[in-house]
Amino acid sequence: MSTANGLEHGARAVTPGWRVAPWPRRASHVVARNLVVYRRAWPVLVTGFAEPVFYLLGIGLGLGGLVGRLAFAGHELTYARFVAPGMLASAAMNGAILDSTYNLFFKLKVEKTYEAVLATPLSVPDVALGELGWAVMRGAAYSAAFLAVAAAMGLVGSAWALMCVPAATLVSFAFGAVGMLATSFMRSWQDLDSVTLALVPLFLFSGTFYPVGVYPSWLATIVGWTPLYQGVVLERGLQTGFVSLALVPRAAYLAALGALALGLATRRLRSFLAS
Amino acid sequence: MGDPAGPIVSARGLTKRFGTFTAVDGVDFTIGRGEVFGFLGPNGAGKTSTMRMLACMSPVSGGRLEVRGLDPARHGPSIRAGIGVVHQHDALDMELTVLDNLLVYGRYFDISRRVVRARAHELLEFAQLGPRAGSRVEDLSGGMRRRLAIARALISDPELVILDEPTTGLDPQARHLVWERLYELRRRGVTLVITTHYMDEAEQLCDRLVVMDGGRIVAEGSPRALVERHVGREVVEVRLAHGSHGELAARLRPCFDRVEVLADRVWCYGEDGEAMLATIHAQGYATESALVRRGSLEDVFLQLTGRSLVE
Amino acid sequence: MIRRPLWVRAFGSWTFRYARTWRGSLATGFALPVLYLAAIGVGLGGLVDRHVTGGGPSSISGIGYLSFVAPGLLAGSAMQIATSEATFPVMAALKWERRYDAMLATPLRVCDVLAGHLGYIAMRSGATSAAFLLVATAFGAVHSPEAALALPVGILVGLAFATPLAAYAATQQNAVGFNVVNRLVVVPLFLFSGSFFPITRLPGALRLVAQFTPLYHGVALARAATLGRLAAPSTAGHLAYLVALVACASVVAGRTYRHRLAP
Repeated sequence: MSTANGLEHGARAVTPGWRVAPWPRRASHVVARNLVVYRRAWPVLVTGFAEPVFYLLGIGLGLGGLVGRLAFAGHELTYARFVAPGMLASAAMNGAILDSTYNLFFKLKVEKTYEAVLATPLSVPDVALGELGWAVMRGAAYSAAFLAVAAAMGLVGSAWALMCVPAATLVSFAFGAVGMLATSFMRSWQDLDSVTLALVPLFLFSGTFYPVGVYPSWLATIVGWTPLYQGVVLERGLQTGFVSLALVPRAAYLAALGALALGLATRRLRSFLAS
Repeated sequence: MGDPAGPIVSARGLTKRFGTFTAVDGVDFTIGRGEVFGFLGPNGAGKTSTMRMLACMSPVSGGRLEVRGLDPARHGPSIRAGIGVVHQHDALDMELTVLDNLLVYGRYFDISRRVVRARAHELLEFAQLGPRAGSRVEDLSGGMRRRLAIARALISDPELVILDEPTTGLDPQARHLVWERLYELRRRGVTLVITTHYMDEAEQLCDRLVVMDGGRIVAEGSPRALVERHVGREVVEVRLAHGSHGELAARLRPCFDRVEVLADRVWCYGEDGEAMLATIHAQGYATESALVRRGSLEDVFLQLTGRSLVE
Repeated sequence: MIRRPLWVRAFGSWTFRYARTWRGSLATGFALPVLYLAAIGVGLGGLVDRHVTGGGPSSISGIGYLSFVAPGLLAGSAMQIATSEATFPVMAALKWERRYDAMLATPLRVCDVLAGHLGYIAMRSGATSAAFLLVATAFGAVHSPEAALALPVGILVGLAFATPLAAYAATQQNAVGFNVVNRLVVVPLFLFSGSFFPITRLPGALRLVAQFTPLYHGVALARAATLGRLAAPSTAGHLAYLVALVACASVVAGRTYRHRLAP
């Protein structure tokens, strides 16, 4: 067969291997790209999980003697056992949030990495899902490593603690998605400071270092609705082994928050990238 | 997947709006398989917006568009699977090495790792970047980055490659290297769609082109046909040492088919440059320089829009 | 006409840029101390005080936990701001935005560029410490007029971290090292330098190591200031350590800067 110019096409006319993969594989290629990048920047990945461990040692053990035992779910916990699940939840949060805020902003608005990606069979939902997937993997990895350290220190109460990692995945999912949504609103480097500004009060006030019972009731109610608190309560129940059905709504909250934020973030990203 | 004998792109009344601003205002064009098709126009003409619609990266606001026989609104990912795009500012992945850029990109097309690796090495040779496989992108010169972007666009062995301003920002030597690679692609039968505001590029590379201005197509045809249709075959360019070019133009207008006055010279259009030159000298003007050149696409654009291609 | 010294011009260019964004950092500058003092000082402090007075061993020198931890957090936040200003912005000035190159195209020399930037970071540390001091006073954690000296202590702590970090930053080609330094150096220092608990609670070997780190001395000085105990003999030692650190690091920084900017 010939073209307008009389050139022969030959083999090209036969169906070549141009195909569109199903959505999980498409998103996995976005994850794979991050793995290639971090192959070289692995110190950043490895040191990331050191922070919650230091906090566990510093606050949990260092202050343990000064704080004594705390009441929880009708039992008494050493301070270290009280703090550890809080650090686990915060490890999951921090593991996910860095990639979904700073790194996403960098790729989206500075390097414009996605410009070329969207010229392939991938679309914006694939990119959003893939980036979130990577953030969740990172958060879950940090949490698993932290759990291993906590177990080695004898801070784990029962076999329920194995569920801490899936629970941490939910925490990462929620924070990763919310981080992505927040980043989709940002326009300059200064806006990223608001991320730290939001994370600090969450980290300090979500029942990580002391029970929220010390708050006046109005404050306790407000904190009760924040995502890290839900994650801390979930993790504390699982890690100490004091589980009850009351933990299920916490998990549902995180899953719903993540799904909602992911949907909104995808829509905003689509209007920015593919308008 | 579409009719292999039909055009690879077909647009009717294609429109792109951003809010109240119309970037592309109802354009019609057809691109045949295997040809090199150009969009020539100044910045802001709507070329990039048109490219993004062709590449199925941006939704169509109005009109009909068919790429590779499919509708972008319903089959975007499938169309993109057989297309390669070279973006205006390369859009390379700065966090990856040269080779990794090709490998990772190839995987986005779901091509198997073995095939991607083989093609990546082939393409590095094609782009003459073999020794730089392990370099970081930020260490490459502008010309090398552009060649990498072209190589990357070919990783899926596409039947259509869209290049948005492929030699803008490159030094002359780099431009020629890029053109050479594009000639090679054309020899292999790949359909190329190029946007440019360089007339020499349009004249050298394109089989057919459309001239765009303000979101509309103002002319269409092969470079030679456009020049012959809209501009005389030869142009005399006169610069005065002193005195007003406007005044000279007014004097010469009754003598020739067409006279254009610019800030620092006057262009006179006609069929016989030497004869025009003689007429000018007969007027008795002290010219600093007067030369005869062939009509170009720059002249076509000037004739059609009253403005020059380069601001 | 008296012309400003060269380094002051460099300093001025940093404050000029800051002057446009300072309002935003004012809110965070006061918000962060409030948050930390409320959570750690009051929230956690409540647990500690309740436990200690409940008959447990008294190791907070007879003062409430809030008063113990406030100067520790003040020094810690001076360290944090100095660290964040001496790493990424230095890399930005060197490589991404090339501000240093622009400065060096003027009569400014490398030492002026370095002094100007360090001066700016010292100012930021001072501002952070001042805000912290005001908030701590409002919380009732300050017990002596000597506390005003916690402000210069904060500036000194800031310089003690900014100078060596800037020296390090000038040798780097990307920001990977900064993340590592942040997590493996800054975070442990923040936690184990006596801010949250006296270092006597650390095992022997670690206690010794802690006493050679800068934040330990900064915290000790800040605490002496807020508690009115600066007259103690140990003050001179802490001061000498920090001043010596800044002096040595300045020499090193001068060298690495010169090597990078004027090879």
